[in-house]
Amino acid sequence: MKLLSLNQRAALLSVVMLVVGLLIWEAAIPAQNAVGELTEYERLTGAGAAKAGVPPPSAVITKAWEQLSNPFYDAGPNDKGIGIQIGYSIYRVLTGYFLAALVAIPFGFLIGMSQLAYKAFNPFIQVLRPISPLAWMPLALFIIGDSEASAIFVIFICSIWPMLINTAFGVAGVREDWVNVARTHELGPFKTAFTVILPAAAPTIVTGMRISIGIAWLVIVAAEMLVGGTGIGYYVWNEWNNLDLTSVVFSILMIGVVGMSLDAMFGLLQRRVAYVE
Amino acid sequence: MKPYLSIEKLTQRFPDGAGGDLTVFEDATFGVEKGEFVVILGHSGCGKSTIMNILAGLAEPTSGAVIMDGQEVKGPSLERGVVFQNYSLLPWLSTLKNVTFGVAARHPNWNRQKIEDHAVKFLAMVGLEGDVIHRKPSQLSGGMRQRVSIARAFANHPKLMLLDEPFGALDALTRGTIQDELLNIWGQMEQTVFMITHDIDEAILLADRILLMTNGPQARVAESVEITIPRPRNRTEIVEHPNYYAIRNHLVQFLGKRSKELAGQPTPAGQTNSPVSVRIDKTETPDDPEDKRPALRAVNS
Ligand SMILES: Nc1ncnc2c1ncn2[C@@H]1O[C@H](COP(=O)(O)OP(=O)(O)O)[C@@H](O)[C@H]1O
Ligand SMILES: [Mg+2]
Repeated sequence: MKLLSLNQRAALLSVVMLVVGLLIWEAAIPAQNAVGELTEYERLTGAGAAKAGVPPPSAVITKAWEQLSNPFYDAGPNDKGIGIQIGYSIYRVLTGYFLAALVAIPFGFLIGMSQLAYKAFNPFIQVLRPISPLAWMPLALFIIGDSEASAIFVIFICSIWPMLINTAFGVAGVREDWVNVARTHELGPFKTAFTVILPAAAPTIVTGMRISIGIAWLVIVAAEMLVGGTGIGYYVWNEWNNLDLTSVVFSILMIGVVGMSLDAMFGLLQRRVAYVE
Repeated sequence: MKPYLSIEKLTQRFPDGAGGDLTVFEDATFGVEKGEFVVILGHSGCGKSTIMNILAGLAEPTSGAVIMDGQEVKGPSLERGVVFQNYSLLPWLSTLKNVTFGVAARHPNWNRQKIEDHAVKFLAMVGLEGDVIHRKPSQLSGGMRQRVSIARAFANHPKLMLLDEPFGALDALTRGTIQDELLNIWGQMEQTVFMITHDIDEAILLADRILLMTNGPQARVAESVEITIPRPRNRTEIVEHPNYYAIRNHLVQFLGKRSKELAGQPTPAGQTNSPVSVRIDKTETPDDPEDKRPALRAVNS
């Protein structure tokens, strides 16, 4: 007898796995350390050093409650709410990302339309694409000077490639029949680009955008650890320096949640532009 | 006087991939009159689509010219509507939007309501009404898709309608229905139609005149056969017309045998490659039972 749908059963299983996982984790941490942070004395004497930092899930949940109930407090440069830190990171990611989209999509369009441009630009793209975005950081810091702008530049440079390549690929792959429909209806180049080529290539372009936002979110954490000051990446590193592993674990989870949300947004967009031939 | 649509010494060559040239056809010369329904019949690969793409302005011939209504065809135009074999509907648009896409291009200053009403009217003419018109092409059957494609083309009232094997991918039953719809819509609009097919019965049912092409390479438009069966035609009744089997046999003969024999012959120097006009009419000539050959009359046009 099937009382529950597949999705319901899967959800149930997920909850069971979560609960079991948390219980095992909780049980694995010795009780005396589960109370919370170590006292100053214990830390200085190194008591319980081996497992001291790893918090049990109960502590993380308490921390999460505490942080999420007041996410936007600002008590000086080293003590800001998680909401503010994530806000900074999202701001950098979106700025770098949209600048990249602004360049990559029109440019991808052009090289997708012209075989000559495609072939001429391809070697440069192939060399630049595999460079770890963080490798640009020293150069960016030297040339741009400002650390904030450098972080945005790193996001820009890492999100540009998937969008550029996918746009060019999508545009180049638009069926000739559809372009011929535009031609027999005497559509000009702009009308053709917007009413035929763009919707035809949209699924491929949005896939590129989705890959880019994922990479950008991966990179921002590392970039902020390097650049410092604000942002979720800096927050993780700062809490590590404070030996507050509860906060570290909590912020790791937040990074996951935000990344998932960003991805889900593009998943929605992807579904909107999808079509069946 | 020049015909309405005049194809003059049209030659098409493609690189054959081995450093040489492949001549698809050479110096092809023929005409189509205004309001005429002309069908071109030939084996696949002889160059029918190539001719049609040139007529549509989607491709350029190696040499020669196409002149329509006194003007040389250069590039595609709204005056030449095309129905492609694979329908070429835009899959991200609904059925209705696929037609309004064309209407809006034709009438940029019409308002939305007018464009939509016009599109709905033409979809209804090919039997698409109600909810169906809001579906995406992927949710339609092949026959329905081709109807949309026909509606899109006719809704624009082009001077010349070009159809490239429009029913090639359809089952016989659906094909029959849509052929009737095509005849119906053509009857109402007095359009000039140039259609490609390799189906003999379809050609006889629809055409005023059938152009016969020899096999490629170096194909020629060898004959122009007048269909001497009065309209309106009905698929069940035309088979009883005395000319039907005579014409059909002539076409079968050509496609089965003579298209091969005549293939690959270059044009004699100084001559154009116009088709020989053939008129088969059993109702005019007294029926001679001993003469199995159809009455042939070559006319110089
Ligand atoms: N772009 C092209 N390049 C090279 N050869 C072509 C090209 N287009 C068509 N051909 C050749 O021209 C011939 C006629 O093709 P086509 O017009 O499609 O035939 P049909 O429509 O009568 O079946 C074929 O031999 C085909 O291979
Ligand atoms: Mg063809």
